[in-house]
Amino acid sequence: MNRNASGCMKKDGKDHLVEEIIARHKNSNGALIPVLHEVQDLYGYLPAEAQAKVAKEMNVPISEVFGVISFYSHFALKPKGKFKISICMGTACYVKGAGPILDKLKENLAIGIGETTADGQFTLEECRCLGACGLAPVLTVNGKVYGRLTKDDVTGIIDDCKRDEEEIVQ
Amino acid sequence: MQLFRSHVLVCGGTNCTFANSEKIIAAFDKNLVENKLENEVKIVQTGCFGLCEEGPIIVIYPEGTMYFKVDVKDVQEIVQEHLLKGRLVSRLLQQSSEAVEGEYAIEKSSFFKKQMRVALRNCGVINPELIDEYIAFDGYKALGKALTEMKPMEIIKTIKDSGLRGRGGGGFPTGTKWEFAAKQDNEQKYICCNADEGDPGAFMDRSVLEGDPHSVIEAMAIAGYAIGANYGFIYVRAEYPIAVKRLQIAIDQAKAYGLLGDNILDTGFKFDLEIRLGAGAFVCGEETALMTSIEGKRGEPRVRPPFPAVKGLWQKPTILNNVETLANIPVIMLKGSEWFASMGTEKSKGTKVFAVGGKINNTGLIEIPMGTTLREVIYDIGGGIPDGKKFKAAQTGGPSGGCIPASHIDTPIDYESLIELGAMMGSGGLIVMDEDTCMVDIAKFFLEFTVDESCGKCNPCRLGTRRMMEMLDKITKGKGVMSDLDELENLAKDIKASSLCALGQTAPNPILSTLRYFRDEYEAHIRDHKCPAGSCKALLAYEVIEEKCVSCGLCAKNCPVNAITGSKKEKIPFVIDQDICIKCNVCFEKCPAEAIKK
Repeated sequence: MNRNASGCMKKDGKDHLVEEIIARHKNSNGALIPVLHEVQDLYGYLPAEAQAKVAKEMNVPISEVFGVISFYSHFALKPKGKFKISICMGTACYVKGAGPILDKLKENLAIGIGETTADGQFTLEECRCLGACGLAPVLTVNGKVYGRLTKDDVTGIIDDCKRDEEEIVQ
Repeated sequence: MQLFRSHVLVCGGTNCTFANSEKIIAAFDKNLVENKLENEVKIVQTGCFGLCEEGPIIVIYPEGTMYFKVDVKDVQEIVQEHLLKGRLVSRLLQQSSEAVEGEYAIEKSSFFKKQMRVALRNCGVINPELIDEYIAFDGYKALGKALTEMKPMEIIKTIKDSGLRGRGGGGFPTGTKWEFAAKQDNEQKYICCNADEGDPGAFMDRSVLEGDPHSVIEAMAIAGYAIGANYGFIYVRAEYPIAVKRLQIAIDQAKAYGLLGDNILDTGFKFDLEIRLGAGAFVCGEETALMTSIEGKRGEPRVRPPFPAVKGLWQKPTILNNVETLANIPVIMLKGSEWFASMGTEKSKGTKVFAVGGKINNTGLIEIPMGTTLREVIYDIGGGIPDGKKFKAAQTGGPSGGCIPASHIDTPIDYESLIELGAMMGSGGLIVMDEDTCMVDIAKFFLEFTVDESCGKCNPCRLGTRRMMEMLDKITKGKGVMSDLDELENLAKDIKASSLCALGQTAPNPILSTLRYFRDEYEAHIRDHKCPAGSCKALLAYEVIEEKCVSCGLCAKNCPVNAITGSKKEKIPFVIDQDICIKCNVCFEKCPAEAIKK
């Protein structure tokens, strides 16, 4: 199934879960951002239908909902790849050579920052300091941490992901 | 209460957790049971010890032995040798050249000797997920004292007299801020805690939240009583999952113990708080933007005055304090303002936590009395620069700050001295740079950050930072002209003067500061098309130094684009074809004879 298909929302049965999230925050002031956090946890991103649902249920204009989503980098409008590679671009990692590692990742995956490979496998992201400066330079793949990297480690990390994928398929 | 003969403290900070400390705890649990030691030895997961470079770290008490870079497979040996036979596992002790034989106790190690842990007093000491451990270390005693023995104005006077200033960067006197809010006549007031630590390379606040969350909660309740607020928000980065989890556990425990909620300690005082997650916007570290974000809107700053102490969250009087500032409050309440004011310099009292990183041996978290010199931080505590390289500059204050060059290494660190040098205290990120770091590139790095994070509300910041970055980009590519430098300086001053909030007002600092101390590097990029640090790719040309070349062929073998030709057999000297070379640096790294220059 095409993960990008926009019509999937109505059939996937998550509608009532969004309602539940909103109901839980009903009595709290300034609840829009906490609600969006939880809705994004539900879908992995914020599909247009979910945005409309949030706007309607919370009685705020959809323009305002979209305005908030587009302001904060944590909120995603597009689905992410199966493997989310986030490279730390904090100062400590940068000084210790995160730049060349990022270049190598871009080259190997043939995508830019914020992009997803055509097969939907990899998304490449820069992230702000993870605070693991003792392990600099650092990257994470779906939260798993790889530290004290050199650019020679890049191919191995991507191969790791592909191997995991094959194991799942088998 | 069950007593144990030994306690094994395992660091559960982010760095050590990333380096597998949770598996180490599991291995200890298993090994202790296997050796029937589970009733004699207790494992405690603590907050950060500070020496992140050497993590995962464990400390065994009562001896205070600190083991470094512990691996899951070392656990069995530690249990067998240290805990059963009482013998040190010497291969896991600190291996640095200065480590004197026998000097293994935590307090004596060179890393800790010059530190003074006030805000970090409980980090690496207690289990942050157990309120009882916090209480055993005088936790919530200050709140009890405040509610039962002191009037709100007495508390404010204590904080004012202590000389405590905001640790988030601005350095505004905390007591004065509280006084403003206390004077407002309004039924609803708020206390906010700024845990939106956004400076790249800074993780002080995260470590406090992970290692000692109750100290922040206690301080917020005290602040609430002092200014007449009964509700608080902790605004914390979503990127700090461990901190958020421990904070929530701490809030739930405090509520269960009646230390938050209605009628705290039977005094009739009511105070409650909740966590709000940030969503990845650096500008939300600015106080008015943070409050707009808590209100559920785009986190854009607004004009001050009115200041938040008058009209803040939902137009109600609000004070916003940084995590580290708050962590100091309970100790000041217990030990008194004079004790706190006795530490530090004339205008900067107490201690400051720094996250030290970059080109330094002991990357990690340190807390030093104000007035400690940069030299002590880098060489005594930080263990110097790796690979015998030369210290070039230290950068403080992140994208809002500036650098301190080697010529000022003996400056005592406090708010005023750093401002004088064109840097700033900032929240406490301290990045060390060596001779290989290009200062123009670093300025560009920070400008890229601010361009990305500018919220777009005001022109000078939105457009101005982008123009400055473009000029820097031009210079690092060797396409700059000398007049660019004056233009940069003028633009920087205009942006400082006309931006709406602190993000824009401080965004030019990295440029102004590097121009002040490293103008020659900028000039070398423009005039000579050279990057003196050998870091800006576009300006590099790799060449083989014929006299040094041993014709081993390693460079040619490793070159990914076959740009190097030559032959030992046929006595053809090795040369690099500049048109093919992609400047990947591999030949430079592989050459055993240092015969490649760039």
